[in-house]
Amino acid sequence: MELICPAGTPAAFREAVDAGADAVYCGFRDETNARNFPGLNFSREELREAIAYAHARGVETFVALNTFMRAGDEEIWYRAAADAVALGADALILADFGLMAHVAERYPEQRLHVSVQASASNPEAIGFLVEAFNAKRVVLPRTLTVADIARIGKRIPCEMEVFVFGGLCVMAEGRCSLSSYATGKSPNMNGVCSPASHVHYRKDGRDMVSELGDFTINRFPAGEAAGYPTLCKGRFDIADSHAYAFEDPVSLDAMGEIDALRAAGVSALKIEGRQRGKAYVADVVSTLRKALDATPAERERLLARMHGMSEGQKTTTGAYEKRWR
Amino acid sequence: MKRRPELTLGPVYFLWDGPRWRDFHFRIADEAPVERVVIGETVCSKRQHFIEPHLAEVIERLERAGKTVILSSLALVTLEREGRQIRELAEERDHLVEANDLSALGLFAGHAHTVGPLVNVYNGATARLLAARGATRICLPPELPFTSVEKIAADAPDVALEVFAFGRTPLAISARCAHARSKGKIKDNCLFVCGDDPDGLTVKTLDRQPFLSLNGVQTLSHTCQTLLGDLPDLVDAGISSFRLSPQTCDMVAVARLYRDVLDGKRDGADALASLADIYPDAPFSNGFHHAREGAAFIARSRNASG
Repeated sequence: MELICPAGTPAAFREAVDAGADAVYCGFRDETNARNFPGLNFSREELREAIAYAHARGVETFVALNTFMRAGDEEIWYRAAADAVALGADALILADFGLMAHVAERYPEQRLHVSVQASASNPEAIGFLVEAFNAKRVVLPRTLTVADIARIGKRIPCEMEVFVFGGLCVMAEGRCSLSSYATGKSPNMNGVCSPASHVHYRKDGRDMVSELGDFTINRFPAGEAAGYPTLCKGRFDIADSHAYAFEDPVSLDAMGEIDALRAAGVSALKIEGRQRGKAYVADVVSTLRKALDATPAERERLLARMHGMSEGQKTTTGAYEKRWR
Repeated sequence: MKRRPELTLGPVYFLWDGPRWRDFHFRIADEAPVERVVIGETVCSKRQHFIEPHLAEVIERLERAGKTVILSSLALVTLEREGRQIRELAEERDHLVEANDLSALGLFAGHAHTVGPLVNVYNGATARLLAARGATRICLPPELPFTSVEKIAADAPDVALEVFAFGRTPLAISARCAHARSKGKIKDNCLFVCGDDPDGLTVKTLDRQPFLSLNGVQTLSHTCQTLLGDLPDLVDAGISSFRLSPQTCDMVAVARLYRDVLDGKRDGADALASLADIYPDAPFSNGFHHAREGAAFIARSRNASG
């Protein structure tokens, strides 16, 4: 199985290549990708250099253009696609049908991957994207169990890529406007979820309160570390019980499932984290690379080390395990 | 020349017991000035059996009243039996069907169908693509600002466009059931606890500010998206129908109010005051329409130009 690794900066990109990535994915410095954060992503020139660095080492580069084209501003996405193709991207990762149709028509030779943001969660949906846009690979939504994936794998005419490590969407990806409801910035149109520009922390007595827009997302008593207010990982009041309503502040770690995922027909494992620093990328990529190539016993030891690197240090296997539902 | 704008009643997103669901639609058939009604479980395949025994009589009553009936498909399709349901709907020839996920888009292609608000149509290119595959009407996603709606309408003149004009806004859907989880259960042993909350279960912030509303695997806004004051702009932009999403309030009264405003019999601001009496449980919002946070409500300035 291939290891697909994140890069939010040219430095992280080189680290990922050196640490053993089979492919690195990244995006341009604008709203054409779903990690449109200040200080992240690539200029055209930086992407050109990154692709050359990767190709010289036999590594591929996937360019994520995985937001939805804002009506009236389609040219921004079309230009990004044209540039990524011209710069030699090995695949474009797309979510918007309009953009998929454009790429399939204009650049029929260009390899097209379906982004997790497209939410293609079943064989018929994937079949539609293969038939309509000649998609070669689908990144599966984090809503499926390993058994679901195995069943899908038997029925689709393209490759499957799945997330195994890093941040975890609780909601079906690309179909969530929670953050947009609180902030006016849309993950789908602006490429940002729970953006820092709308985050505030305030002291209330001995509590630290974290807010997104006008809404309290969490409240931390003295002594508890105040986490980032990602909306779906907040604590809320439902019928007077205070709890993490959707999901605890955990991240995904499904590396324990890699044999099952391989058996299910998965061809690539994806690491989330384009917003993470280069040291993190280097560490996670090299550890997962070793784990992929290791014996089961050796793998367990390697993966135990990984836990310290996870967000909030708490992990879940997410939807891969049926009881998560 | 623009045709008279129409009203569509969306599918009931919540779990109402069978007789309640039936009686609700009977009254819609008899009294509500809506042209079309979308029916069928859209949120959770586990609930299907509640309405199944009543489907035939509801369809018959609605059609007898002259309404166009559209059969809704599931929003999130992962299980084998869910996929089977979409394949069966794709064989349906007596009624229009509505696609709410990608598998339905794929399977309904080649036959006339509608596209629901849970499918990501953000631009004219996507609307034209779906129209070319057989979509005759698309209800645009609720989070679209008016600028996008206007542009899509201009770019895709051959497909009828609808806007989500009343109801708690669908914001997200998950494989996990937060509703069951809030009551100490998981999706697979949920005991249909979502049926206890026929208008959604309020999620408040820890500062007790109402924020969201749980409906099984779906998360809705606490506020009710209300475009009553924004209808004239939307009609001018070429929107041909408006979707009213069922809540537990008097939906016949809601439909009459929207009809009156569309017919110029009532002014938007005045109608809003009446709407607040009809549905006092949820504050109004129209922030998405105004390119603001969805929870906001922007009062229309009477002096605004254009």
